[in-house]
Amino acid sequence: MTADVPTSAAPPESAAPPGTAAPRRPAASLGHRIYHSFILRRLLRSVFVVWVVASGVFLMVRLLPGNPVDVYINQQIALYGKSYEQAAAEASNFFRFDPSTPIWRQYLDYLGGLLRGDMGSSIATPGVTVMDKIAQYLPWTLYSVGIALLISITVGLILGMIMAYRRGGIIDHAVSIIGSGFHAIPNYLLAILIVVVGAVQLQIIDYTRMRGNVSPGVDAEFSLRFLSDIGYHATLPIITYVLTTVGTWALIMKASTTQVLGEDYVTVAKARGLKESRIQAHYVGRNALLPLIAQIATQAGFIVGGAIFVEQTFSYEGIGLLLFESINTRDYPTIQGVLLVVTITVVLANLAADLINAALDPRIRLGEGGAS
Amino acid sequence: MSADAPPVPTTAAATVPPPATGKAAGTSPLRRLLNELTRSTSGFLGLCLVVAILLLSLVGPLVVGTEVPGDASRAWEAPSAQHWLGLEGTGKDTLHLLVIGGRTVLMVGFLAAAITTVIAVAIGSLAGYFGGRFDAAMLQLTDIVMTVPQIVLLAVVGAFYSLDSPMLLGVIIGVLTWPVLMRSIRAQVLSLKEREFVEAAQLLDVGWVRVVFGEIVPNMASYILINFIIAVTNAIYAMVGLYLLGLAPQKGTNWGIMINDAWTKGAMFNPDAVAYIVAPVTMIVLLQLGLILLTRTLEEILNPRLRDR
Repeated sequence: MTADVPTSAAPPESAAPPGTAAPRRPAASLGHRIYHSFILRRLLRSVFVVWVVASGVFLMVRLLPGNPVDVYINQQIALYGKSYEQAAAEASNFFRFDPSTPIWRQYLDYLGGLLRGDMGSSIATPGVTVMDKIAQYLPWTLYSVGIALLISITVGLILGMIMAYRRGGIIDHAVSIIGSGFHAIPNYLLAILIVVVGAVQLQIIDYTRMRGNVSPGVDAEFSLRFLSDIGYHATLPIITYVLTTVGTWALIMKASTTQVLGEDYVTVAKARGLKESRIQAHYVGRNALLPLIAQIATQAGFIVGGAIFVEQTFSYEGIGLLLFESINTRDYPTIQGVLLVVTITVVLANLAADLINAALDPRIRLGEGGAS
Repeated sequence: MSADAPPVPTTAAATVPPPATGKAAGTSPLRRLLNELTRSTSGFLGLCLVVAILLLSLVGPLVVGTEVPGDASRAWEAPSAQHWLGLEGTGKDTLHLLVIGGRTVLMVGFLAAAITTVIAVAIGSLAGYFGGRFDAAMLQLTDIVMTVPQIVLLAVVGAFYSLDSPMLLGVIIGVLTWPVLMRSIRAQVLSLKEREFVEAAQLLDVGWVRVVFGEIVPNMASYILINFIIAVTNAIYAMVGLYLLGLAPQKGTNWGIMINDAWTKGAMFNPDAVAYIVAPVTMIVLLQLGLILLTRTLEEILNPRLRDR
């Protein structure tokens, strides 16, 4: 809702000059160099964020009450009568670090493992690496959330533009009311309502058949049968995500378009007698869309977070369900892995949004310099 | 949304006074706000919903008592004149549970939102006012915290710690969710600190505490209020979700626990018991709807730029 982030970058620039105007870069190769250093700086920042979160995960496992490494070792000794060395060796395999080595070594080993894509092994399902588990679950979330995001943004933006052009009309009012209503329903409660009302009461949804990712007996292959089957199984999560977010998109787009419609260049374009369709696409549409790109990334993060609830309700085997099951079985290596992978997903989405923004709007590249 | 706006006049100070209806002249800003709020249909509806649910949840338990007698032999009894919403799995009255089940939701929501708002306002205004290293560090921190999806973080933290009281849950939600708001507060302060009245205060040499918290922050009051309500909805979203997943302690009675209980016991497949799952869902949806309608209308009232174009 709050798109003030670009605003935060602009004022310090205009406020800074009195004190710091002197050591500015030479203006010679300005455009080219700043553009490239912006991308570089942005990339470095993404790597930095991932590194901090990875370190946080490492510390969390080490320092939080009931350190899971010790818990695991004690459990193995108590339950199966293993020797300390044996249990510790297993723990070091699971958690990607050996509790008997000094902590800085453990940390380096852990980071080294991450770089090689090694996050240890799952405790709940012995013999399966965390990486394999994530590779098995993550695509389903990316697929369902991705399609939902695509539908919801497309429909929302179109609705929003219509609302802005016909303010006070029926569509404007209807979408505002319905959109607020669905926005107010947390996605997981909508999921429950779909099951309770649609499947049990009205019996228009075959909930028992739609659970899961694929029907039994359908092989993962590039065939129409497989594609339609996974589409069928993803329907309920996708409907849930779309319904809960499309109203927000419409309202954001309406506000953005309304603002652009009041700008002088639109008036000038009209005065020049340009075709209405051209004004709508090139003048209004493009400029109204720009500020929304960053929000797409934020929304992506939000939906991935919400997936943990929705996937559990529909037994959709994505990363959210994996996280839920890992938490319930106290499968710490997998919890760490999921947390890290989800973070990386969001970091990448943010990075993409920033780069697209910068490519479209030069002010962002230049403004970014002083802010961080 | 307002990327091109010079010093953004989104705050109460810059708000156009309401059309003079005669008596509005000398009344307090709060009264004026209430007047405007009740004049808009959706604002009025939102206010009514929130007040009704607050009354039901805070006063209701005092009337009906917090102890719910249960008769296990009458489990899942259908709704009747005596028990409007029927009985749940241990023979307790669903309506009674519904009345006492809102208190925790509201308390945790408001507590978490209060913590979020206080931290965000304090850090955001100081970072915006002073800039420099502190500002850069805080921006970096919010960058990181905002990246990890908060629900995921909450679920994981909930798994590591055993959250044995709802209040603790509220504190954790509050502590983990301030960065988003901090960014917008900081942006507001950046534009406010260039204004004349801040310069005047600085010239009087009253100290930065007075300038920041006596001059700048009060000017953001309406903005903070709106964001506080948004924070309440977010906190409720997170907390009910955690109860639903069973990641928060299933002790006591609240709407989240009721839904979780109904879901795990398959209440929706039992025609007599549907009310047990639908009723708490409805309450949460109505509460969220009320809060969202309220914020939308407040935004329109306090930010005329959104309204007239």
